[in-house]
Amino acid sequence: MSIWQIAWRSIRQRALASSLTAFSMALGVLLVTAVLLVHGLITKSFTDNSNLGYDLIAGAKGGKLQLVLNTTFYLSQPVENLPYTFYQEFLTKEEQENELALMKPENRGELKDGTYAKNIDFAIPVNLGDTYQHFRIVGTLPKFFEVFKADNEVDPKYHFRHGRNFKVWDDEHGYFEAVIGSIVASETGLKVGDKIEAAHGGDPNDVHSDSPFIVVGILAPSGTPNDRAVFINMEGFYLMSGHAKVEENERPGADVSGSTISRRKPLPIKQREVTAILIRTHDPVFGRSLKNRVNEGNVAQIASPVYVIASLFEFIVKPIQTLLLVLTIMICLVSGISILVSIYNSMNDRKREIAIMRALGARRVTVMGIVLGESIILSVGGGILGWMGAHLLLFSASPFVEAQTGVQIGLFELAPLPRWLEVEIPEVIINNSWIGQFCSIELVIIPGLLLLAVLVGFLPAYTAYRTDVAQALSSSP
Amino acid sequence: MLEIKNLEKSFRSPTGERVPILNVPQFNVAAAEQMVIVGRSGCGKSTLLHLIAGIGRPDSGHIAINGLDITRLSEEGRDRFRAEVMGYVFQTFNLLQGFTALENVILGMSFARGRVDHGRARDLLHRVGLDHRLDAYPRTMSVGEQQRVAVARALANRPKLLLADEPTANVDPANQQAIVDLIRETCQEEEISLVMVTHSMEVAEQFQRVDPLEKLNLVAQANKAHA
Ligand SMILES: Nc1ncnc2c1ncn2[C@@H]1O[C@H](COP(=O)(O)OP(=O)(O)OP(=O)(O)O)[C@@H](O)[C@H]1O
Ligand SMILES: [Mg+2]
Repeated sequence: MSIWQIAWRSIRQRALASSLTAFSMALGVLLVTAVLLVHGLITKSFTDNSNLGYDLIAGAKGGKLQLVLNTTFYLSQPVENLPYTFYQEFLTKEEQENELALMKPENRGELKDGTYAKNIDFAIPVNLGDTYQHFRIVGTLPKFFEVFKADNEVDPKYHFRHGRNFKVWDDEHGYFEAVIGSIVASETGLKVGDKIEAAHGGDPNDVHSDSPFIVVGILAPSGTPNDRAVFINMEGFYLMSGHAKVEENERPGADVSGSTISRRKPLPIKQREVTAILIRTHDPVFGRSLKNRVNEGNVAQIASPVYVIASLFEFIVKPIQTLLLVLTIMICLVSGISILVSIYNSMNDRKREIAIMRALGARRVTVMGIVLGESIILSVGGGILGWMGAHLLLFSASPFVEAQTGVQIGLFELAPLPRWLEVEIPEVIINNSWIGQFCSIELVIIPGLLLLAVLVGFLPAYTAYRTDVAQALSSSP
Repeated sequence: MLEIKNLEKSFRSPTGERVPILNVPQFNVAAAEQMVIVGRSGCGKSTLLHLIAGIGRPDSGHIAINGLDITRLSEEGRDRFRAEVMGYVFQTFNLLQGFTALENVILGMSFARGRVDHGRARDLLHRVGLDHRLDAYPRTMSVGEQQRVAVARALANRPKLLLADEPTANVDPANQQAIVDLIRETCQEEEISLVMVTHSMEVAEQFQRVDPLEKLNLVAQANKAHA
């Protein structure tokens, strides 16, 4: 019989006390693992989503954080709008002509290259503020789904699971085409061809029933907040009542000639607004100077979402996570101490058994090893249960998490290494697909538990080592 | 086989003074000899067996087993020597509670050699009439059954010397005789020297050599003289 088998018997002999201590260890490790996993999830969801494909966001003057949360995560309260003419500053004359092709030339005003149009890869306008059920509606241009590329820089970032991208003008649906994210589709059951009526400003009693949009495409899951958004054609968005900037008596579409809504003319430029502009510049240096130029003016502000998100993460999310981690590690220590107390308390009852083992020829170190073995089985066994429990728990919560954050969780996906450690490890290892996958902070758990087990097992084990066999044998049990 | 010279052992009383328990000038047991030690309670019989087994250490004197003086061995060395050369049966509570009868026997083997002879373990339990209780736990066995397991376990490693400290103390007369027979037969077959402590006159009568500890032990004689 091995030391482990003997230790296991001794644990079984005190089944209740043993299972309680192992259970407390399991809970402790469950909490630590859960915190690590959630930490990894949050980090991943933040970093994945801050790799947005664009580097700047322009919006109305105000809080940068609110602008970024609104535009990238569709969170927080809607922000103020910018005039459409500000958006035009990011386009060349040619681009403006293309985008306003449906408008009569005399209504476009005089077009010229925008002030900031040089060195811009793309600028995409978005209009926020309306909702469909609890999903944000994003009024934008078809290029939203065309310019962003996947990580390999070749494939498009967004794929259509069903249907197609919306068009600025469609002979059948006019301006009123929509594309919905995957989660919107699964939660609402909307299919290609269904109608959407937007709620103005998120108010369910103020529904744009005059201008329903037709779903023409459903996005494949992208793991981004866009899975939870409804995208509509910006031209259609402008024509919904209440979206025109009211300056004059002129009503949008007042000069409508046909009988259907879709025959209305595009909204004139001076009545147009945009909530934000997603911008990618050729290079960061230009980005910085662009940011300074715009922020010095009094029309708009430009924020770097990656920077804003990172600082939000650093200053708010991280300290909370650190605190949680410290608390849960303390729970593990307490569980360790309870194992110590449990084994140590049993030592008195076990003096006789230890003496018998010794009389049978067990060496002192063997007896010590048995007691240490008990401590290790309880800590590591309980710990592994807790570790698996945490993974099972998170895995069972994964549909919910995916719906909330767009991050997918596998059953045995490990929590990532902390940044400061990750940079220490050679890139070849991290990027090696299967070794990198196992580079996880969770790998610390088992050695950590072993260390804890040896520490808390040492005192009772030493007591066993020191047992005076003759005395234990002469005193009756 | 066993040679003891000028063995002295004392304990500290709670008040701190030394209380001598044993002073044995000479005590020898030949190879394959079977003998019993008798004596009143508290005269130091168990203490003597502990010293022979190397469980305790004498204050002075020598204990040689097959020519090796175990008082010179380290604790580790005595543990190993005991496991290889000696079998021990205690008065009561011999068995490890978390293990079955068979496992108790096997455990003795694995501590001693790390190598286990399952056949011999079963054979010994068969010999003590416990084939049907191999997988029973001590708490489900009678005291007599437990003592028989203890005897089987003490013999498992083919010891050269069997120390039995009142192995039949808590057993009814029928079982007592069965256990004594078992011990004597096995020791004879395997040429094991036997030192047995007993309170029972019926048991002692069956042995050719019966040593009263009072005779061997100068401390006891002194106490007697006092009284
Ligand atoms: N560890 C010890 N510390 C102090 N005194 C002890 C210790 N062990 C035994 N003694 C004392 O030594 C004396 C001899 O004890 P021992 O157990 O050897 O007697 P015994 O002859 O085996 O008696 P019994 O027949 O009752 O088993 C007793 O007086 C006992 O109180
Ligand atoms: Mg005794």
